[in-house]
Amino acid sequence: MTDLPVTRGFTGRRRPADRDRLPPGQYDTGRLWPVLSAEPTPRIPHERWDLTIDGLVLEPHTWDWDALRSLPHSTTTHDIHCVTTWSRFDTSFTGVSVESLLEVTGVATGATHVLAHSSTGYTTNLPLDDVRADRAWVVWEADGSPLAPEHGGPVRLVVPHLYFWKSAKWLSRLELLDHDEQGFWERNGYHDRGDPWREQRYQGDA
Amino acid sequence: MPDLPGVSDGSGPSGWELATVRAVDHPLEGYVRLRLEVPGEARRHLAGQHYVVRLRADDGYTAQRSYSTASAPGDPLVELMVERMPDGEVSGFLHDEVRVGDTFELRGPIGRWFVWDGETPAVAFAGGSGVVPIVSMLRHAVGLGRPDLLRVVVVGRSLDALPYVDELRATGAFVALTRENLGSRVAAPPYPEELAPLVAGAEVAFVCGGVGFAGYATRELEDLGVASSAIRVEQFGVTG
Repeated sequence: MTDLPVTRGFTGRRRPADRDRLPPGQYDTGRLWPVLSAEPTPRIPHERWDLTIDGLVLEPHTWDWDALRSLPHSTTTHDIHCVTTWSRFDTSFTGVSVESLLEVTGVATGATHVLAHSSTGYTTNLPLDDVRADRAWVVWEADGSPLAPEHGGPVRLVVPHLYFWKSAKWLSRLELLDHDEQGFWERNGYHDRGDPWREQRYQGDA
Repeated sequence: MPDLPGVSDGSGPSGWELATVRAVDHPLEGYVRLRLEVPGEARRHLAGQHYVVRLRADDGYTAQRSYSTASAPGDPLVELMVERMPDGEVSGFLHDEVRVGDTFELRGPIGRWFVWDGETPAVAFAGGSGVVPIVSMLRHAVGLGRPDLLRVVVVGRSLDALPYVDELRATGAFVALTRENLGSRVAAPPYPEELAPLVAGAEVAFVCGGVGFAGYATRELEDLGVASSAIRVEQFGVTG
């Protein structure tokens, strides 16, 4: 559509004072945290959880629950944005940066993308740059509490600068690749990169 | 996770279009039903897909929400059944303000996962407003002359709180009410022995409803021997 059609009678909510924090088409969900997933929520005991980083790395590595939590970790606060149009400001996550895990495995020449896998079989693809330099986290707490199963516990990926489906729940593996390989939602019509500020919701969005 | 056969391509979002409201009614408390005409060719969606509604204020402010369609794939109009959410910015507008002839932006169809191909034996569990995409699937099954391929389980508090309940019952859906009796069935969630014959033989299961319902339904399905990988979930709702 070339012109932008005003909807008769629609005024919308009062514009939030911190409107600049909301990417286009998003609304502030406040302290509520909507739950969306495409498959049954798995109950994964800590002792049966682990995370492997492999593919185009120098030395594949697997962390179990205790090994992950014994790493130097931190709590960081982010605004998160879901493609279904809710945003949640100031959500704090406790975990380790993906970068710090890649320091253990190394990154092989030619690695350009990462495919994140969940224990459910869910996958999502990301450019490698989007998970480096403290832009992505592997977390086990949200807002000071252990991550609930419906939010991806025991451990999920958090990539706050991309739509939240990229932040795979029930994270089990990060696979480094020399090409882009579509994940679950991406094969089902959603965007390969998913930058909320450019409103890259669906395949075909610029 | 593999795609269902026959739905790996075809429909997809094609950008925003201007939809015209052709019918509005309020068939039950808390719900508005809209039937929308979209220009160009008849909509080609798959049973279970959703559309995005975008409203635009005169200062450029927009709000958009996703709604499943109840239309069967061949329906020339896109039917939405929208539940009013507390303080709902979009649902409140659709309930209170929209009238026939109005236009707003629409995008879709979207989603190639929560869809039924019309061929695979399936069971669908719906809770409350989660019936909407299941109605699309059921209409599809009826239109194909194969209602036997899709068994439907619907759970609601009461008859007057369940959208499409008459249509669902008329096409053979099993309805369990939790707060009032239905005929000789005393108010209760579905019993495993009620579900087992409906689940038997299903190769894919669809679950649509709130977070609590989705958890309940997937546990029941797994207890009845359905593999997690065969269960497709569309859930909504929040945690505090």
